[in-house]
Amino acid sequence: MTPSNTTPLLSVRNLRVGLQTSHGQLEALRGVDFEMQRGDTLGLIGESGCGKSLTALAIMGLLPERATVSGSIALNGTDLTQLSDEALCTLRGTRMAMIFQEPMTALNPLHPIWKQIAEPLQLHQGMDLVAAKARALELLERVQLPRARERLDNYPHQLSGGQRQRVMISIALACQPDILIADEPTTALDVTVQKEVLALIRQLVTEDGMGLLLISHDLGLMRDQVERVMVMYGGAVVESAPIKALFGMRAHPYTQGLFAARPKLGLKRGTRLQTIAGNVPEIFNWPQGCAFADRCAYVQDNCRQTVPQLELVPDKADVIEDKVADKPKRVDAHWVRCPEWQQLEASA
Amino acid sequence: MSTSQTFSSSVRRALQHPSFVAGAAIVVLLVISATVSLFWSPYPVGDIDIPNKLAGPSAQHWFGTDSLGRDIASLLLVGSQNSLLVGFIAVGIGLGLGVPLGLLASARRGWVEEVVMRAADFTFAFPALLSAILLTAIYGPGLVVSITAIGIFNIPVFARITRGAANAVWSRDFTLAARAAGKTKWAITWEHVLPNVASVLIVQATVQFAIAILAEAALSYLGLGTQPPNPSWGRMLNEAQSQMFQAPMLAVYPGVAIALAVLGLNLMGDGLRDLLDPRLSRTR
Repeated sequence: MTPSNTTPLLSVRNLRVGLQTSHGQLEALRGVDFEMQRGDTLGLIGESGCGKSLTALAIMGLLPERATVSGSIALNGTDLTQLSDEALCTLRGTRMAMIFQEPMTALNPLHPIWKQIAEPLQLHQGMDLVAAKARALELLERVQLPRARERLDNYPHQLSGGQRQRVMISIALACQPDILIADEPTTALDVTVQKEVLALIRQLVTEDGMGLLLISHDLGLMRDQVERVMVMYGGAVVESAPIKALFGMRAHPYTQGLFAARPKLGLKRGTRLQTIAGNVPEIFNWPQGCAFADRCAYVQDNCRQTVPQLELVPDKADVIEDKVADKPKRVDAHWVRCPEWQQLEASA
Repeated sequence: MSTSQTFSSSVRRALQHPSFVAGAAIVVLLVISATVSLFWSPYPVGDIDIPNKLAGPSAQHWFGTDSLGRDIASLLLVGSQNSLLVGFIAVGIGLGLGVPLGLLASARRGWVEEVVMRAADFTFAFPALLSAILLTAIYGPGLVVSITAIGIFNIPVFARITRGAANAVWSRDFTLAARAAGKTKWAITWEHVLPNVASVLIVQATVQFAIAILAEAALSYLGLGTQPPNPSWGRMLNEAQSQMFQAPMLAVYPGVAIALAVLGLNLMGDGLRDLLDPRLSRTR
């Protein structure tokens, strides 16, 4: 990727989301920053409740009504947080689209699938029903739904999970958005289908030159599908790196824990998988400093006091020049939010 | 192809549902008798025949005659028009105003929902019949006033049930997916929410229809509903009261008519609830 001075496709700056709950006002996202260019594929990884889906919903402007957002989310230079709901409606589906986790429930059971694909076409491109239906067929063929022509009039319950997810993908792609957000698109699918669907998403994204924000908790799936990955924990990005660099070296103790916890082939029967000690802190009881402090083996006093800054991890393969001080920060470098990463590396 | 198949299979399923079949048969009978009475009744309803008063059932007068010699069968037939009219209009008012209010509350949430639902609670707090009597006290007795009163009572019923069912639909992923595709809340309400709550509304409508028929009969019995000379089942009951001991059957005929109509609608509603609920039909 070459750094360019054109406006990025998506630029998220210091995104903070507050949620109103029975425990009062809570900060669920605590400053998320990232940037994407057209054609970029970015993975967002972390465990349940770390803020992955909330980040996606914030970008789409689909947060719960009483959520408060601060920071900026710029799509092609337009700050989405400043837009009215009507303006957002015209962007959703046209410039940005989303694929959901549960294809079983994300389709309306009362409408045949072609109608649901035709909806965004009629809405945003003013197509009439006949044209929209023809386009729906093209789209279904593009997502490789078997016997697409016969399936047009099917209802969601007549399709399998993988087929429904293909329908969801075709709905998302209908108006050729600039960015596609896939929120755990394969979690609800069979393992054998997961890879197919992800490969399809990747292929379509590449063909159309879209940006892809892929949310998952599955490291293995990520590896083949994205160029860059961000690890989230406790509402903040703790590590951000090109996928190759991350698989080469994990700088954050949480990322290390995640990698260590992966099941591997060839383990002896009965071997217990490694876990990360402790639990995710409750959202209404987040520590002042690093959210991972209580579970971290390398924790320092300082970690509990202040949220650590992002630090640059030099790539072993190439020498980083004095560009580090340059602004804006190089987005394609390896960043980690842990002051102890060098000690970690030494001990590893 | 698949659509006609599903249609014929749901017809078959409906015909196998005993309470739906029984209820629908009674309701169809009610509708037919009301329709027929528009063109034809054994005798003109207003015809008074004093010499033949309080006659028993015979070939000329199937159910006999009342204290003025009017033909009971004709009165019952023409009276069914009234019951149906009240049912349709009162349920129509309830659906027409209650459903949009419920959908609005569910789509907007927040203070809009609070206001609509508290207003519904407020209306609900008054017993329907009492409010109807209040309205007739203000505007004078008559069919229009009693229909309106019953209709107003239906609004909060439908507003509440719509909002409850719509909230459940809004919490499902496909509404979020529709928003992600750029649809406005109103478009989603119309295309996704309303069709998904329709079955609940249809069932509730049949129940409210029965309640409206009962309420009209009650009001007419009290002399606040349908006014003479228009026949009404409720008023027939009222007039039969004074002949309780000479001709007890006079009270039985309209009473049975009211009971049958309500029973038929309730059975049909019961059956529809089973038939329209995909979960129940699968376990069946």
